[in-house]
Formats: sequence, structure tokens, C-alpha cells
Amino acid sequence: MNLLWLQSGGCGGCTLSLFNADVRDLPATLAGCGIDLLWHPSLSEASGADAVNLLRDCIEGRVALDILCLEGAVMRGPQGSGRFHMLAGTGEPMMAWVRRLAAVARHTVAIGSCAAFGGVTRGGSNPGEACGLQYEAEEAGGLLGEDFRSPSGLPVINVAGCPTHPNWVIETLAALAQGTLGVDDLDGFARPRLYADHLVHHGCTRNEYYEFKASAEKPSDLGCLMENMGCKGTQAHADCNIRLWNGEGSCTRGGYACISCTEPGFEEPGHPFAVTPKVAGIPVGLPTDMPKAWFVALAALSKSATPKRVRDNATADHQIVTPRTRRTGLK
Amino acid sequence: MPRLIIGPFNRVEGDLEVTLDVDDGVVRTAWVNSPLYRGFEQILVGKEPLDALVVAPRICGICSVSQSVAAARALAAASNLMPPPNGLLAGDLIGACENLSDHYTHFHVFFMPDLARDAYAGRAWHAAMRERFAAVHGSSIRAALAARAGFMKLMGYLAGKWPHTLTLQPGGSARPIEAAEKLRLSMLLGEFRSDLETRLFGDRLEAIAAIDGVAALTAWMDARAPASSDFRLFLEAAYDLELHRVGRATDHFLSYGAYAGTQDGRLFPSGHWQAGRLAVFDVATVTEDVSHAWMNGPAEPLPPTQGVTQPLADKTGAYTWCKAPRLAGQVVETGALARQVVAGHPLALDMVTRHGGSVTARVVARMIELARVLPAMEAWVKALKPGEPFCLPYARPPEETMAVGLTEAARGSLGHWLHIRQGRIHGYQIIAPTTWNFSPRDAAGTPGALEQALVGLPVAAGETTPLMVQHVVRSFDPCMVCTVH
Repeated sequence: MNLLWLQSGGCGGCTLSLFNADVRDLPATLAGCGIDLLWHPSLSEASGADAVNLLRDCIEGRVALDILCLEGAVMRGPQGSGRFHMLAGTGEPMMAWVRRLAAVARHTVAIGSCAAFGGVTRGGSNPGEACGLQYEAEEAGGLLGEDFRSPSGLPVINVAGCPTHPNWVIETLAALAQGTLGVDDLDGFARPRLYADHLVHHGCTRNEYYEFKASAEKPSDLGCLMENMGCKGTQAHADCNIRLWNGEGSCTRGGYACISCTEPGFEEPGHPFAVTPKVAGIPVGLPTDMPKAWFVALAALSKSATPKRVRDNATADHQIVTPRTRRTGLK
Repeated sequence: MPRLIIGPFNRVEGDLEVTLDVDDGVVRTAWVNSPLYRGFEQILVGKEPLDALVVAPRICGICSVSQSVAAARALAAASNLMPPPNGLLAGDLIGACENLSDHYTHFHVFFMPDLARDAYAGRAWHAAMRERFAAVHGSSIRAALAARAGFMKLMGYLAGKWPHTLTLQPGGSARPIEAAEKLRLSMLLGEFRSDLETRLFGDRLEAIAAIDGVAALTAWMDARAPASSDFRLFLEAAYDLELHRVGRATDHFLSYGAYAGTQDGRLFPSGHWQAGRLAVFDVATVTEDVSHAWMNGPAEPLPPTQGVTQPLADKTGAYTWCKAPRLAGQVVETGALARQVVAGHPLALDMVTRHGGSVTARVVARMIELARVLPAMEAWVKALKPGEPFCLPYARPPEETMAVGLTEAARGSLGHWLHIRQGRIHGYQIIAPTTWNFSPRDAAGTPGALEQALVGLPVAAGETTPLMVQHVVRSFDPCMVCTVH
């Protein structure tokens, strides 16, 4: 399948994240998935006029375009003109190129939260009038509109994440190439369920601290990051602690909160990122599918049952009490 | 005079357009346009100061950690925090991992594929070059992507993930390292060293770092077959094409100084160098001029502490979103070459003394840094002390204050100027490495560094994207998403 990858109002970090793929030979992996790279801004030889000619060939049907990937938000400003991103060498706004290419591409894939929902590029006052391909934060619409469907029949596929995980991209592309990605394989925000059916909480190494509500109070503490440090791992859809990053990493393993970067609108949480918003001492953002009263009751119970080891280690930057060694063997 | 408008320029980070006036097969005038504006300096205004740690790195997916370092340093300065030794070491390791990975990616993925183009098919070195560095498929590119991903596993331990970590805090690193993890970090560095020494250099890192001038470099070349290593192959092509004679800018080099965590001071010092003289860098002499940028603002250049960012798309005489930074009114070049010249590395100094900043010198300087910094990283890992603090608690900055965070990214000098008012971010000005290098003209009409470096380059008949122009542009390893943020 012919794949064309373009970048607009983003940071290029999703491409660099793709390069982190834990494979022996990335070009071979992509080829093995049935992906033929027509052009990629960081990899291909063609520059300037050669690259522009290729885009024209796709639009005019001389080259089959199976998958269009866009990385970065669509820049609509100033005043809807698109001049905040003119595609170099063409004198035309990138958003016009994207609209034309999406009309002919069999599938259109948003790589990362900027292309999907606008992401950090639409933060603050959104000075760039940035949006995603088919969403603007949680609102359907974006550049292409709520009713847009690719010639394949699918909406824009949102491989959201900031950055997105290399394997989320590779597996989504592989499923498209095999023809096995259908509308039922996408969640309510058109994210591939192959990673969005999990929560960041699943597999978190701080789970024992979570169970006892033994919480970190400052950066580098070992405790659970939910109560004080702004962590949204129990609500954010992604498998970051099951399928790790850069070998053995994830945000919570790296010592910091999940800021729910796969969720639309994560860039404007309405509170400082590193502080958990609370009402009457209770975090506002509780696990999505747990009754609040039960959560409060269990939290109170588990706090009073917290072993000294867990309580002391939670606010330390290394284990000051290690698990006890028993002479009697484990039963 | 015929005019060429070149873009999109790929194998650079972000979007770039170059306009050239060509006469008689030679570039007479150049204009560099950064065609993407997102507005990060506007996005940051009004936010909680610590939120800069989330927003600023997302300016750039390839210099992400450098943006984190600059933001964390500005916040640390605002709150008067000094990280503990472990925090400084972890910060240097994370920063060095990104910088070396960027040098390595630039060499293999961004720069070398141009030497493998069919246009050089007649050259003696071309067959080997094609096999190793043909875009996407070259054997060295494939091997390098895998080795890079292995090296970046350091980030998994030290920073959770890359790009866009929140491990780096004003008080140090939020990721304490355990004793067993120290061992794993050492092993990962060992793997990367092995890749550099076998495939890239064909020699020990210490031997590469010890090459002390052009004569020694030539002797090193003469002792080896042209295709014996990838660096050797680059030198073969570079000297054949005389790339050491092209791409000269102002030969005024700036470095803010890099890697703070060592006991005996910075690994690479700060300063600026011109015509053999090294001078102290004074942050108060940095200004930005918006005369040729699509930006509203006063005619006179402003220090970043007073800088404003107000886009104005219809401005007459403007041709880019990039402002024009100047050091005491001067155009400067920044990057690995500048860093090594300021640090007094004898090979870097010899190269710029003979032929000025050039394509070859810029590439060689990145190789010097790979050879010099990896051994330093090995020492930093050994110096980590598990069980001792990695991070101080966050201290709220004063309600009204100004602070600066400076660092060296792979591509050169990066600064964040933070202004807090009523406890919120009131102003946030960023000058990135490529803002310096790919600056437009200033009010006096003086072109930026790349604009000067392109003048005089040959353009063959029928070339729409002249090859020599591509070599010079990519020799700076531009990061356009940082340039205009």
C-alpha cells in the first residue's frame, strides 16, 4: 500500500517516536507490513519540486494513494486563511493540500493528538486556529467535517498520543494494509482499539501504592501520583504501562503524572498539569467506571490499612523499607 | 535575474523554503523562509509557570529535552533552586542522550543520503555510498535506526519516554535511579559505543576525539581504505567534492556552554569566538529584530525580556515567521561546530581557521561530539549515587519575577526568557538554535547566517533544487519547528 506522510502544525515528535520502534530494521518492518513509502519528510530522497510533483500525481490519480498520514495540527489561521502554514515551494496553504489529498486517499490517518484533535498546538488562546483533521478537541468537525469518510468508508483514524507510540502507528498501518481494520475496531473518538481499550493505569508499577492510597507528595517520590501529582492514568485510554516506551519506560515509570495525552482536549485541563484538582479533599477525576461513594469508602479503608513499608516508601525517592524476608517460606 | 523557490525541504526537521536569485550559474542572493507558525509564546501566556514543562518541550519533537532543560532552568532560576548532584547528572545524561542521538540521526538519515544521489554516480566512492546511504534503504541507515532505538532505551530508564518527558524538574530529576539500573545504563552505553566504534568510525572514540588538526585528520584518512567506515567514507566524498570550501557564514560562533553536572565545571564552556578571539558571552547583549518577520513590533531590536510576539501576516517587506536574533548586533552561527570551537577543540579550530565554517567542518564537529560526549556519559552514570536525592521539592516562584534558562541543544544555543506576573506566565520568549542560524535580514539589511552561507554556491543548468544548496542547508542540521515556535 502506498503511504504518504505529511507534517503540519506539530513538532515532528511522532516521527521521531516512530524511529524509536524496537525493531531490528524499521524500513523492513514497514515493507513487511505491506507499506510502500511514497514520501516521508524525514526519510525520503526527493526534495523540492520532485516532492511537489509527487503530491500532484497523487491528487490527479497518476499515483495510487492508499494511506495519507498527517502529523501535526491543521493550521487554519490567521482568520481562516491557512497562511500560518504554507507548504514550502507551493505558495498554497497546507490545509488546502491536505483537503485535496484526503479526498483521494483510501484511508486518512491522524498521527498523534495534534493531527487528531488539535493537541498542544490549539492550547491557550489557540493563536494558530489549529484543529485536528476531524475533531477540534472533543467536538467532531475539524478540517474535514463530522461527516467525512475516506473512500474506504472509514472516518479519519486517530492514532492519538503526544507523542504517539511507535507500535500504535505500525500496527494500525499493518491492519489497514491487511484490510482488517474496520469501524468496529475504532473507539468513540476513532482511536484504534488495539491500544485505546486499555487504561494507562493497567500495568502501572505504582499499583501497590494506588491500592493503599499511599501517595507521592513531590517529584521523585515513589508513591501513587493520582492523589496529589495530577495523574490521570485511571482515566486515560492507552496501554502505556503494558506496551512500554523506549524499552522499559512510561510516564508514571519516569516519575511523572499521566497527563492523558491520548485524550481530546488534554492540552487545556483547566488546572495546573502537575496538581490534582480536588473537592473537599477528594480528587475530582476518579476512575471512570467506579461509583464515587465506593471509591471514597475503599480509599478510607485502604488508607487505614496501609502497611508501614508502603506508607514510608511512598514519600521517599528509594525504598527505605524493603519487603520483609520470611524464614518459613511462602505458603 | 532568475529566481528559484525551493521547497518543501525534507530531511530537515519541520518546514523550510529557500528563495535564491541565481545569475550565471551562481547564487547571488538568498532568503530563508520558515513557513510554519504555531504560536507557542502566545499559548504559554497566562498559564501556571510549572505548566511550561508540559508545553515548551512540545515545541519540538527532536529537541524536546533541550526545551525541557531550558524551561526547567528558567523555573529553577525563578525559584532559586539548585538541583542535587544526582539531579544534575541525570539531567546531563538525558540531555546528552538526545543531543548524541540527534547528531547520529542527522548524519545517517538527514545528511548522507544526498551524497548517495544519482548525480554523483561517476564518483569512485559512489557505489559504497549508494549501498550504505541511499535514502530509506541504505544498509547504514537501517542499522543506524536500530542502534539509535537501542541507545534511546536510556530515555526509558532516565526519562520515562522520549520525546516529551516531564522527568526534568526545576529541582532535578523525578526519576531516581536504582543500583541495578545503573548497571543497565552502562550496558546500553557500551552497546552504542560498540556501534560507533565498529560501523561509524572504525576506531576507538578516544582516538577520534584525539585527532588534533587537519594534518592528523588527513593522516587518519590515509591510513584507512575509503570505505573502511562510514565516517571515512564521508571524508572521502567531502574532500572529493571540496565541501570544506563551501557553506561559510560569518565565522562568529556562539555557545552557551553545555553539560553542567560535572565536578570540575562544564564539559563545554560558554563564550563566543571570532577571528581567533574568544570572548565572554553576555546574555544582556542578545536582541531580536522583527523587521523582516511577519510580526508586529517596534523598529528597533528588543531584548527577549521585553520581546513581543504578535503575528502580522500582511506586513510589507517581511518574508518569514522567524525573528532575527543578534548578539551585540552581530549575526552568529551556533551548533556543534560553534560549541567545539568555543571549547577549543584543536581539529574544530584548525578547520575554521583554514576555511571558516563549512559543510565538512559542521559534520566533523558532530562526529567529534559523539566521540567526546559518550565517554563523559559513561563517567556520569558511574557518578550517580542511588539512595541519595535526585530532586528538590518544587518551590513556587515569586509572584513577580523574570528569569532566563539557557542550554545547548544538539543544534546550538537555546534560551527561554520567562516573565512571571501575578503568579502567572506573563511573557515567554524563546530563541532556538536555528532561529540564530536561519535568521532573516535585520533592520540594517544584514542577512542571517544561512542566507550568507548560500551566496556564491553553484547552480547547474536545469537544477530546480541545487544539490550544493541542499548540502549547505543540511550541514546546519536545521530544526524549523524550534526556529519559529
